[in-house]
Amino acid sequence: MSRWKDLTNGFYTENPIFRITLGMCPFLALSTSVQNAVGMGSAATFVLIWSNVAISALRNFIPDKIRIPCYIVFIATFVSLVDMVMAAFMPPLHKALGIYIPLIVVNCIILGRAEAFANKNTVMSSFLDGIGMGVGFTLAMLLMASIREILGNGTWYGINILGHAYTSQPVLLAILPPGAFILMGFVLGVFAIIDRRKERAA
Amino acid sequence: MSPALLLSAAVSSTGAGDGGFAQIMGLVIGGILINNYVLSRFLGICPFLGVSKQLDSAIGMGAAVVFVMAMTGAACWALWELVLIPMHLEYLSTIVFILIIAALVQLVEMILLKYSPALYKALGIYLPLITTNCAVLGVAVLNKDAGYNLAMSVINAVSGALGFGLALILMAGLRMRMEYSDIPLALRGKPITFILAGLMSIAFLGFAGLGV
Repeated sequence: MSRWKDLTNGFYTENPIFRITLGMCPFLALSTSVQNAVGMGSAATFVLIWSNVAISALRNFIPDKIRIPCYIVFIATFVSLVDMVMAAFMPPLHKALGIYIPLIVVNCIILGRAEAFANKNTVMSSFLDGIGMGVGFTLAMLLMASIREILGNGTWYGINILGHAYTSQPVLLAILPPGAFILMGFVLGVFAIIDRRKERAA
Repeated sequence: MSPALLLSAAVSSTGAGDGGFAQIMGLVIGGILINNYVLSRFLGICPFLGVSKQLDSAIGMGAAVVFVMAMTGAACWALWELVLIPMHLEYLSTIVFILIIAALVQLVEMILLKYSPALYKALGIYLPLITTNCAVLGVAVLNKDAGYNLAMSVINAVSGALGFGLALILMAGLRMRMEYSDIPLALRGKPITFILAGLMSIAFLGFAGLGV
């Protein structure tokens, strides 16, 4: 049962974006369209899983005093891998994600999970935790990107769903930078209301 | 590499304009106002939300970031132009940049501790946290991609850091006032902070009209 908990922890109860508010930079910057969200989500998930696995496999060999620089080197290696693979096989996506791919290195979610989970747990648990957190991050990005793309462009994954009358004059603010901040505020507010309802019911 | 070659490499631009006055002003105004690192490029959101509760700590953080980013701009330029490109190790850029930044932050910490303990104490915990500020790694990558020369790299880094500091200080002032206002229960804490940042971002959107 605890394996199952390792996996699902990141989906909702400890969702990195909505619960711990880590990794905001790529989340806010790339939730302009669902394509970008899927690309960023899968890149971050890949790095999360493999850095978690590598760090937990070597947790007994890394000297405690220099563990943070070691983690950063691991993470940077996996990020460079993702960067090169994307540049080779998915050039349009690589261009759309741009500077935010190298910046996965300083994404607090990944270093946070390495420090809070992977260096204390087994390889299997860390692997599942990496998947869970990655999926949680991707789900959060999908939710935000769906709201912003539908409001700001009238489309979802590039498919026109609100009709021409809307797409000719959408709420442009939603896909501009201010829209990310304001909508994030309201989404967090909705989560706070849900939490309060649950507490009252319990 | 001989000093003369080094100097010529530092002042010659590699395909990014002539580095004239207009371009420098464009970088400065663009970095501080139009493409503000926090409010329009979403770099450095974590410290922006975490350290903007008090005006004093916001000013300290802003100053520390200006200092570290200026040094990062210079160090990463030197490494990229003089080591990584000549040795064809371009693919190592991410790893090398983040290590350089971590080392620089550590160095700044040690120098401050030795020569200015008062400032060291004032900055406290914020100094080591600068390593994971994505604006710092961001400016190194942006400089590399744009192919700026040494002077332009440093100017770009400093103006970006000033923009970060400006957003941080404005936010701290607003949040200190917000302590006394009546906020809907669901929006207290983080949600209202995001909405506030959004409203500031709308204001900064207006600077796009400067069109530098």
